[in-house]
Amino acid sequence: MESFLQPVADLFGPLWVVVWTLVKIIAIVAPLMGAVAYMTLAERKVIGFMQVRIGPNRAGPFGLLQPVADGLKLLFKEIIAPTRASKSLFFLGPVLAIAPALAAWAVVPFSDGLVLANVNAGLLFLMAITSLEVYGVIISGWASNSKYAMLGTLRAAAQMVSYELSLGFALICVLMVSGSLNLTEIVTGQGEGYFASMGLGILSWNWLSLLPMFGVFFISGIAETNRAPFDVVEGESEIVAGHMIEYSGMSFAIFFLAEYANMILVSVLTTVFFLGGWLSPVGFLPDGIWWLLAKAAFLLFVFLWVRATFPRFRYDQIMRLGWKVFIPLCLFWVFVLGIWIMSPLSIWK
Amino acid sequence: MDLSFPTLCFYLFSAILVFAGLRVITSRNPVHAVLHLVLAFFTSGMIWMLMQAEFLAIAIVLIYIGAVMVLFLFVVMMLDMNVDRMREGFWRYLPVGLVVAAIMVAEMAVVLNGHYFSGVTLQPSPLTDGSLSNTRELAKIIFTDYAYPFELASLILLVAMIAAVMLTHRRRESARRIDPAQQIAVKARDRLVIHSVAPEKADVVTSAQQEESAK
Repeated sequence: MESFLQPVADLFGPLWVVVWTLVKIIAIVAPLMGAVAYMTLAERKVIGFMQVRIGPNRAGPFGLLQPVADGLKLLFKEIIAPTRASKSLFFLGPVLAIAPALAAWAVVPFSDGLVLANVNAGLLFLMAITSLEVYGVIISGWASNSKYAMLGTLRAAAQMVSYELSLGFALICVLMVSGSLNLTEIVTGQGEGYFASMGLGILSWNWLSLLPMFGVFFISGIAETNRAPFDVVEGESEIVAGHMIEYSGMSFAIFFLAEYANMILVSVLTTVFFLGGWLSPVGFLPDGIWWLLAKAAFLLFVFLWVRATFPRFRYDQIMRLGWKVFIPLCLFWVFVLGIWIMSPLSIWK
Repeated sequence: MDLSFPTLCFYLFSAILVFAGLRVITSRNPVHAVLHLVLAFFTSGMIWMLMQAEFLAIAIVLIYIGAVMVLFLFVVMMLDMNVDRMREGFWRYLPVGLVVAAIMVAEMAVVLNGHYFSGVTLQPSPLTDGSLSNTRELAKIIFTDYAYPFELASLILLVAMIAAVMLTHRRRESARRIDPAQQIAVKARDRLVIHSVAPEKADVVTSAQQEESAK
């Protein structure tokens, strides 16, 4: 690979670093966009199956061309900015929504060594980048000059800031047991331990030792991405589509892409932090990126499963769950974990 | 002059930072001003990143931009500010503002020219020699050498947080409250009564037959 690329590298000279990084970024973003497109189809098919319907089946075999058709439709629609809207901010909103959803992928390790930027403070970087996601919602809601959009924004901002806390606390627990902020080290650390040496790696992963935090992280992830049952931000039956109500065509499509990219991100991050990333669940099967993809795909299915199963939470119930259930639970667990790690019973030596 | 890539980045970020800072005070729209302040914080974080202070850089993005500025933006969005009325007192307050600005410039000049500060910033500190993680080293120092000041600072922050909650928390007597435990404990029979009603099938049939025979 190195010798093959050397002539190309010489051609670009000092710019090669930039070119090669851009190639790597495209190698991550292009499959991600494909996954987002087919996630929309999978969502409609899976929920259709759960509600004993067929789902989209007209465009192409089994409806496989449906995402392409939807994309083309959105591409050709006119983008209308509302009167007296703040034009520049109105179009900045979708950009700020999707930018963090893509930037966070820079530190996600897909396999051992297969990562765009293997930074030491990867976990902190992720928390910082995901905390920027709320700006897309706030700016688009305010710039739309619409009451519905403003209501959606108020709900979204409060909800996303609240659940970021419990996400952060769950990550602190992961940090405590792995002793590293580097995502690759967090994954490799899960492959060591009593069960892993017996060939049962699946029991050594963080999900078992940090079981309450695993639940808190995934549920907070659902709330953070504003998905059902925490989707009061865009509750169709009350405030129509929340902050996205005034957007049409591609500007709406970008919000849609951001939401699904965030779902995939939360699934992959849950896999990396709690389900052993690319590690194989049993000793006799080889590790590899396919394990990461399979685990993330299962968690994405859980996203859809949850949406088809649970009714929407009331807004005060969402806030109560975040502040009065998750945060005390997290604080308690940080305390317990600290004692556990320092005690002779610690399993993370 | 050395024009390496980090130097170029520094000048670019500094230009953005100065521009954003100026827009914060010149922007006519308060929301635009707050967003420029966000940009200023982000860019200063990037400058810290250039100085290899990765923890500080990420912390300003996480805490200031991710939490503090969101609430700031929230408040500014909710207030219907009349910018023209706020500008009325410009000439009256200008002398006071200039005095404050002069004091700030003088203080910064004293600090930057002082011999305690000179030369310390430009050379990389021994902690960031590349092999060690800046975050890890910072944590080691904070929790060993500076453990007491750190604990004291966190205690003060905690007290401030509790005080803020206590100041704003008031229990209104007229407010209606919901007890979630009670809500969850509700059974179907508490809300729904099923009555069995005697069937009226025979009557319906006969009335239909009567209608038919009437035709």
